Amino acid sequence: MSALYALYADGDSAQRAINALQAGGVSRDAITVLSGEPIEDQEFFETDKSTWMWYFASAGGLVGLIFATWLTRMTELAWPIKTGNMPIVSWWPNLIIMFEMTMLFGILAAVLTLLVTARLPGPRPVLYDPEIMDGKILVGVVNPANAAAVERALSQPGAEIRRSGN
Amino acid sequence: MSEASARKLSDDLLRPLLQTSWRFYVLVAFLGAIVLMGLGTWAYQMYNGFGITGINHPIFWAFYITNFVFWIGISHAGTLISAILRLVNAGWRRPVTRCAEVITAFALMIGALFPIIHLGRPWLFFWLMPYPSSRQIWPNFRSPLVWDFFAITTYLTGSVLFLVLPMIPDFALVRDRTTGLRHRIYGVLALGWQGTPKQWHRLESAMQIMAIAIIPVAVSVHTIVSFDFSMAPVPMWHSTMFGPYFVAGAIFSGIAGLIIAMAALRKFLHLEAYLHPVHFQNLGKLLLLMSLLWAYFVFAERLTIWYGNEPSEIAVMYVTQKGSFAPLYWTMVVCNFVIPFTILSLRKLRTIPGCVIASFGVLIGMWLERFLIVVPSLGHKYLPYSWGVYRPRPVEIIITISTFAAMTLLYVLFSKFVPIISIWEMKAGDHPSPALSAAASHEHALGETHA
Repeated sequence: MSALYALYADGDSAQRAINALQAGGVSRDAITVLSGEPIEDQEFFETDKSTWMWYFASAGGLVGLIFATWLTRMTELAWPIKTGNMPIVSWWPNLIIMFEMTMLFGILAAVLTLLVTARLPGPRPVLYDPEIMDGKILVGVVNPANAAAVERALSQPGAEIRRSGN
Repeated sequence: MSEASARKLSDDLLRPLLQTSWRFYVLVAFLGAIVLMGLGTWAYQMYNGFGITGINHPIFWAFYITNFVFWIGISHAGTLISAILRLVNAGWRRPVTRCAEVITAFALMIGALFPIIHLGRPWLFFWLMPYPSSRQIWPNFRSPLVWDFFAITTYLTGSVLFLVLPMIPDFALVRDRTTGLRHRIYGVLALGWQGTPKQWHRLESAMQIMAIAIIPVAVSVHTIVSFDFSMAPVPMWHSTMFGPYFVAGAIFSGIAGLIIAMAALRKFLHLEAYLHPVHFQNLGKLLLLMSLLWAYFVFAERLTIWYGNEPSEIAVMYVTQKGSFAPLYWTMVVCNFVIPFTILSLRKLRTIPGCVIASFGVLIGMWLERFLIVVPSLGHKYLPYSWGVYRPRPVEIIITISTFAAMTLLYVLFSKFVPIISIWEMKAGDHPSPALSAAASHEHALGETHA
């Protein structure tokens, strides 16, 4: 497995390289972009934005609510002791447990969705360069079909073309 | 951000991780010795029984529960403030958030320890957990102490995740900057982070969801801590305003704790280029606001009790204002209102040293406030024959002091092994989302450009 990539000092150059790659027939999914920080002011950063995380978090919250409702009610009925003249199943205090469990499960569902969809922990990447942590933006293609065309597309002013793998 | 700026930022913020001075070892040894002394004292208390403390009839809650409420309050510095600033997209939050979130995680751990210390037999702590024991007894969900367990568990879990998730990209940075064992350890912690747009989007979405979820949880935690008191028919406890009063007090003391921590980091880790005076001024304004809110709550509480003239409540009120607790009460008023109001309302005095002085005052004042909520009411319940006094014994004082050392020690160790300022968030300040308005963009950059 081999990869051809270039490092760019700014988002505009990286965007031009991506445009050139796409114009050369490389699909967007085949282009890898890596950066050391979120580059929210660039078009290439707009990919993969839609997520089901909000729905999963809400579903997690709902599971927490149902679980807490079952737990409080079941335990109060399993050990039916009268306390402070409150009913055996006391909804006012139970609401506190239900609220906390809703939030806890919602948070855990969001984190789980993050780990699964962002593939964390992930395998050792084929395409990676530590220089992205110093502000560079990596644009590359793994196993390019036409290496010469890809290299031409990546050759923007200021770019450093590199190879990795076999 | 240019390559040179990015590299300088990383170098500056990774310096504490990569270079260790002898002062670090001396400080860790000193704080560690105090913590060990505290642990030893706790073991001594377990061995000899609770009789060696000053806790006795009718005052069964004293220093330990005061510390519990105080530390849970301090924990409101971090996640809550960080979540609010993140949601409103305040640019000046970037250097502040992690310093604050760490306080939450450690203060919650220390706070949650006190009910366990207070149990006397801490090994029976697991009775609070909802599981069917051999006697088929479940926790009583109508008890506020069980509410505490659930609220603190949720807040601690949420806060730790809220702290740890944004650390992953920074772990990747440390992984790429180090070699040997350190490279391997940070490589594991980085979870294979690459920095694809998809990973950044998912991280931002998760942080957004958690910020939304954690704010009501933070409010609920201290409201529930207040319920430990207000659910009991004890003079000056049984009040409907205790929930918001406690939450306001918690945020108040939390901000004070954050200012002190930031000032210490700025000085000792040489972070002057990142923690600007404007950050302290902004937090100072928040502290001033909370001081005024605190004074408003105290006035509302005291006026209502004075006007109601209910004998048992008046007895507690007067013992705090005129009786044996008066020196503590008036110290509290000076520390929580007079000092912060005087310093922070004057622009000239709202400097870094001014904010730190006010914050130390607030921490002292808020600890006294917690003490004055707990002890005088228990010592002056409805009938005078059941009144009593409380004097703390050395064991309680040592354990209290050691928790302050524990908090400092944990903070020092954290800032040694993790970048205390989120490096990627600082860099991201140069790439604001186009969705932000022009005015918001200006605000967005404030934290980075204001010297």
